Amino acid sequence: MHRLTNIFAGRVGAGAIARTVMIPLLAVFTAIVVGSVFMLLNDYDPLAAYGGLLDGALGSKRAIARTILNSVPFVFGGLSVAFAFKGGLFNIGGEGQLFMGAVAAAWVGVAGTGLPSWLHIFLSLLAGFVAGAIWGGIPGTLKAFTGAHEVITTIMFNFIGIVFAGWLVSKGGQGQKPGPLVDPDPLNIVPRTADIAESARLPLLEWGREPMHLGIVLAIVAAIVIWWLVWKTPFGFGLRMVGLNPSAARYAGVNVAGNTILTMAIAGGLAGLAGTVETLGRNYYFAPNFNVGYGFDSIAIALLGRNHPVGVVLSALLFGVMDAGSTRMQLRAHVPSEIIKVVQALILAFVAANEIIRYIYRIRREREEAAVPLSAGWGKR
Amino acid sequence: MNSLVLIAVLRSTLRQSTPITLGALSGLFCERVGVINIAIEGMMLTAAYMGYMTNVWTGNLILAVIVAVLSGGLMALLHAWLSIHFKVDQIISGTVINILAVGLTGYFYQPGTVTKGKLQSVAVPVLTDIPIIGDVFFDNGPLTYAAVVLVFAVNIILFRTRWGLRMRAVGEHPRAADTLGINVFAMRYINVVIGGMLAGLGGAYLTLEAVGSFERLMTNGRGFISLAAMIFGKWTPFGGWAAALLFGAANAVQTQIQFSGDVTIPHQFIGMLPYVLTVIVLAGFVGRARPPAAIGRPYETE
Repeated sequence: MHRLTNIFAGRVGAGAIARTVMIPLLAVFTAIVVGSVFMLLNDYDPLAAYGGLLDGALGSKRAIARTILNSVPFVFGGLSVAFAFKGGLFNIGGEGQLFMGAVAAAWVGVAGTGLPSWLHIFLSLLAGFVAGAIWGGIPGTLKAFTGAHEVITTIMFNFIGIVFAGWLVSKGGQGQKPGPLVDPDPLNIVPRTADIAESARLPLLEWGREPMHLGIVLAIVAAIVIWWLVWKTPFGFGLRMVGLNPSAARYAGVNVAGNTILTMAIAGGLAGLAGTVETLGRNYYFAPNFNVGYGFDSIAIALLGRNHPVGVVLSALLFGVMDAGSTRMQLRAHVPSEIIKVVQALILAFVAANEIIRYIYRIRREREEAAVPLSAGWGKR
Repeated sequence: MNSLVLIAVLRSTLRQSTPITLGALSGLFCERVGVINIAIEGMMLTAAYMGYMTNVWTGNLILAVIVAVLSGGLMALLHAWLSIHFKVDQIISGTVINILAVGLTGYFYQPGTVTKGKLQSVAVPVLTDIPIIGDVFFDNGPLTYAAVVLVFAVNIILFRTRWGLRMRAVGEHPRAADTLGINVFAMRYINVVIGGMLAGLGGAYLTLEAVGSFERLMTNGRGFISLAAMIFGKWTPFGGWAAALLFGAANAVQTQIQFSGDVTIPHQFIGMLPYVLTVIVLAGFVGRARPPAAIGRPYETE
């Protein structure tokens, strides 16, 4: 019981923090080593590759700025998965939610021309959040009322969302009408929205001469809000209770169905914001061709960060480094940048199945941690 | 609709359903012994890739199918090792395999490779002359036949053999099965690997019979659709097959509509059909059937 109250209160000592950090670090290290083996299999030089990676990600002020910008959507995605995890739900739908958020933000960004900038930005962010929340909330509702497992429905909503967003900006032709949000400019041959108004663009922070938009601040704020929501509010208490044991939570008077829907909606909204900041801060339009594999990356980031906002921010930075450096790595060591996907998948494998890491490095399990069960069957909870 | 279109749609239904049928059987083998398998997608993708590359290197289609089946089994062995030996949450373990499959096939894929051919249709003599039925059922590729045969075979194994009885016992009440001398761990390991091999055959179908080439992410959600089919089919082989045929029909109709051209519905909406259908099927039917009782829980000896 002490253990449980400690977990609920978030009370952990320095030793516990060291233990918490050790496994993710060893997982990253092991994944890098195994990644090197794959490179050697194809006759590439791993040292040159990882050297190029670090140089490309952290070698200059410009590189660091790009790394941080890359990390922003990862923070939102990682928070999305981690938040749902705390409630015992597995959100694999980040990619669809990101597309919906990105296209909704672009829509408001274009349509709200003439609004004062603060209001325009706020409304665009809100639109992105709401679109993502709907895309996460529908699977949540289906889970709550019919028992359809969110692992399958969120994946299906990825496909549906990506195709739907694609239709919104499609060019039409061959008897088909153009999509309602496509850029009306006939000179633009790419299927995409028009550029969003200046007033909807996230302000740039001055950092030397490198452009850095406000998204990083928003991401940090989101991490703090999620931490507060999960650990400091009655809703968060109920959420964690449902996550650990839905029947016990129901017995204790928690509205499990409502909690499930809200959890998935907020998780979807967070992933929607990932797309939103990309639209409002970086691309200034929506085209349905970005961020393949984003939903999977988000899962790895959440697990690597041990489903804690601080851990998520740090893991997102690591993924930002890998993404930003992969081009330089490919240029310098000729390793296909897909190796980064392999390393990221291995990191996920090792943190998710940290028993492998414990086995390799002979780390004993200190005590039974209260694990959130995800595979409790297919039906309602 | 004239009869030629009808035949085309029915043929395409059967073919499009083949990987989903095999995927549903794969899920069935795992879930009947109490292990959730959301990694069908990753197993299929790995097998599709390995089968394809074997075909590129050797040009031997039979060897390619065998390699595909074995690599599906190998991924399943990883799933079994993680979820049975290490007791990793089965959903997490499955996700790990899905992501690993995307990463590895993406990294090792070499664009621009060509194969020396794919599995060709084999017409069954005499039977193929039956009007319509002959064209639809008796003029298909070997893996399409194999999928249908496997549906019947799995049904017999599951409900008419000692092995099947043991599978069901392990999936329903592993403790009781253990008490009666059944090795729960071994049953789970073996059947999960068999499940992986079935998913592998589904992957082989994609690259060695249906298209004859590999693309990144080419499974396109079929593994997950298979799971929905398995649930819709109430964890039985024939039920799963019927559901797979339904999904196959959705795909076939979708393709037919897109080909026929003169429709006002945006083609993207038609393309969503199988995915929307999966969601509806899950939402409508998941509560109506009872999954194996011990599903999702690692077994611990006392």
